[in-house]
Amino acid sequence: MLDLLSGFIIELRNAGLPVSLTENLDAMHAISHIPLEDREAFKYALGATLVKNNAHWRSFETVFEVYFSLRGPEYKIIDGEAGEGSLDDFMQQLQNMSQQGEGSGGAGGMDALTPEELMNILMNALLNGDQALMRALAKQAVQRFAGMEPGRPVGGTYYLYRTLRNLDLDGMMDKLMDATKQQVGGELTGLEERLERDEYNHRIEQFKQEVEAEIRRKLVADRGAEAMAKTLRKPLPEDVEFMHASRDEMQNLKKALQPLTRKLAAKLARKRRHGRKGPLDFRNTVRHSLAYGGVPAEPKFKYPRPAKPELIVVADISGSVAAFARFTLMLVYALSNQFSKVRAFVFIDGIDEVTDYFKKTEDISEAIHRINTEADVIWVDGHSDYGHAFEVFWDKFGKEVNPKSTVMFLGDARNNYHASQAWVIKEVKQKARKVFWLNPEPRSYWNTGDSIVSEYGTHTDGVFEVRNLRQLEAFVEHLV
Amino acid sequence: MAPRFESVQSVRDGLKAVNYLADDGIAGVAFLADRLGKPILVEGPAGTGKTQLAKSIAEMTGARLIRLQCYEGLDESKALYEWNYKKQLLRIQADKNSDSWSDVHDDIFGDEFLLTRPLLEAITAEEPVVLLIDEVDRVEVETEALLLEILSEYQVSIPELGTITAKQIPLVFLTSNNTRELSEALKRRCLFLHVDYPQMDREKEIVLTKVEGITEMLADQVARIVRSIRQLDLKKSPSVSETLDWARTLVLLGINNIDAEQAKETLHILLKYQSDIAKAAKELSVD
Ligand SMILES: Nc1ncnc2c1ncn2[C@@H]1O[C@H](COP(=O)(O)OP(=O)(O)O)[C@@H](O)[C@H]1O
Ligand SMILES: [Mg+2]
Repeated sequence: MLDLLSGFIIELRNAGLPVSLTENLDAMHAISHIPLEDREAFKYALGATLVKNNAHWRSFETVFEVYFSLRGPEYKIIDGEAGEGSLDDFMQQLQNMSQQGEGSGGAGGMDALTPEELMNILMNALLNGDQALMRALAKQAVQRFAGMEPGRPVGGTYYLYRTLRNLDLDGMMDKLMDATKQQVGGELTGLEERLERDEYNHRIEQFKQEVEAEIRRKLVADRGAEAMAKTLRKPLPEDVEFMHASRDEMQNLKKALQPLTRKLAAKLARKRRHGRKGPLDFRNTVRHSLAYGGVPAEPKFKYPRPAKPELIVVADISGSVAAFARFTLMLVYALSNQFSKVRAFVFIDGIDEVTDYFKKTEDISEAIHRINTEADVIWVDGHSDYGHAFEVFWDKFGKEVNPKSTVMFLGDARNNYHASQAWVIKEVKQKARKVFWLNPEPRSYWNTGDSIVSEYGTHTDGVFEVRNLRQLEAFVEHLV
Repeated sequence: MAPRFESVQSVRDGLKAVNYLADDGIAGVAFLADRLGKPILVEGPAGTGKTQLAKSIAEMTGARLIRLQCYEGLDESKALYEWNYKKQLLRIQADKNSDSWSDVHDDIFGDEFLLTRPLLEAITAEEPVVLLIDEVDRVEVETEALLLEILSEYQVSIPELGTITAKQIPLVFLTSNNTRELSEALKRRCLFLHVDYPQMDREKEIVLTKVEGITEMLADQVARIVRSIRQLDLKKSPSVSETLDWARTLVLLGINNIDAEQAKETLHILLKYQSDIAKAAKELSVD
């Protein structure tokens, strides 16, 4: 067990989780108190000693699955015919079902079912939310459709895809809804329909996870936990690169953004309030001294309140840097209380002000959506032209840059070999309080090919590499 | 000291008996905290039952709850102990001419002038206690260091009185709404428990337990609607307390089967922002 645990912890560290020595020891103690059979409690207990940041939980869970999924009675693998425990339950269920006249023609078992029968049983399982049956069906589906062969160097996603393709879960939703309408004998109201759909979505999602877990268990059995964990290793949310995030990772990034902004807002507010203690507040001290018979026992101080900066964001929203611009804008607007004013401009080869989009709604995602669909950022051909965009910016809005403004330029400075018009940045710098450039590309790519970030950067107070949420957070803290 | 809990299951059952519905994570970590003698840092969105967990554990074990509510500016004198400055001043003035300074000194630094604050109280307690350090993310880093010191040693040294060591290791809960990153040292010292919005089934149970006079059917509807709303991209998701407020309102209105119109008229109890309300109304096709 301790060997297993130490392998497990090594893999957590490999996945980027910061596990200290104390925590390692705590985990060792923890597992002596909670039996592995109480699998969920065991998982959370172990997690409580090892994971101190909720954003890391998913990575933890993945590694946990790989290392501990082969243990615990209800998680035995069915290898051909060797099956017990849950499989028996399942056979029992299957028999019950066929007695109700819904299932197959007899006790031939799983393997004897026709595909149509299997789909029927799956539909009933989903309709009734029957967890045990769903799990057994997931196993059967993997056995039947995944086409897994020992030793084949194929990833889990491939098998998952093959299995799900044969199950047509999209079509399943319509069937489930029809069945529900039949059950209630008529139409559902809009609200009822929505709730039913959400419920079935939830169950289908659960079923998919069962399928995924089954595939994973088989792969672990075939390849061993260590190798398996390695193929599953993914960056932590804060380390995901904006420029290469998958859709799934984007979702996680978005989720990570909310707690981050709350944290930053609180931190910034605190910083401003407690920058330093001001001079003695004489009047207030005297007022309080009355309580002590005139002894100034409780000195009171004035707190200086430094002014909030004005922020101007100028963001490239073309292709590969769009996600980065979106995130930075979201973060900036979520923190807009921390600034006296925020103005936002977006460009590709033309430039457009989008400040109003944010003013008209409290909903930042909606404003971002409008930027993507409505902002007028194309001038000639929709290929990045920083030079032209900056020129227009200076013509139209240059006069509004003032000594209170902090200006942030966002982009990879890949200018398609157009004229740079770097003088604009120089002019802006002369009028503004601070000017920064944020580049989502790795530093080693800067100034290669058509990137001219240094040409712009020399006129700023600093160019920052902002490839991920971690770096964005660090920059924003620096900003205020 | 004998362990407080028999098994993980006994924590779950015990909490249920005092109307707190725990999931595997909550029960497992509480059990472990007792066995390892470590504090639990409970983190998660507001209104998800973090504070209530500590209260309910106290109730279930028959321990006294000692609560330190944190706020910005909380310091040693409010968290640990303080000399009663006013009383000391008066004593000094009253005795100006009679006693020698050293007499006065011994006198004014005696128990009579010591104001015990929650941390000291928890350490000196004779009977079983649960110490709740609520919303610890609000204090400054220096105060956090003070907490860490006490949670590591379970002892306090007061220069004028010497070192006071705990007679028993209390069960300690720290809660955080995660408005700032707590120090690594504090996190290392604690077991970490993230409490999120409950799964639908558990939320339904919570509603059934906490809302008087609600029917199974209404509780089910409430929990489902809340789940659907939480899936939306909102400024602020409804918390468990808001779910409970909403359910209570529906019961008061004599509603037993929510229709679209009623949902729309009461959404403002569940959601705080106008844009969120509009979005939810639209999504649930109750517009
Ligand atoms: N698991 C639960 N069981 C019973 N009641 C709960 C549960 N979770 C939350 N509540 C109720 O929700 C409300 C908010 O809980 P509270 O502990 O104040 O939240 P937090 O401290 O996380 O902000 C309380 O009325 C509490 O009783
Ligand atoms: Mg609370």
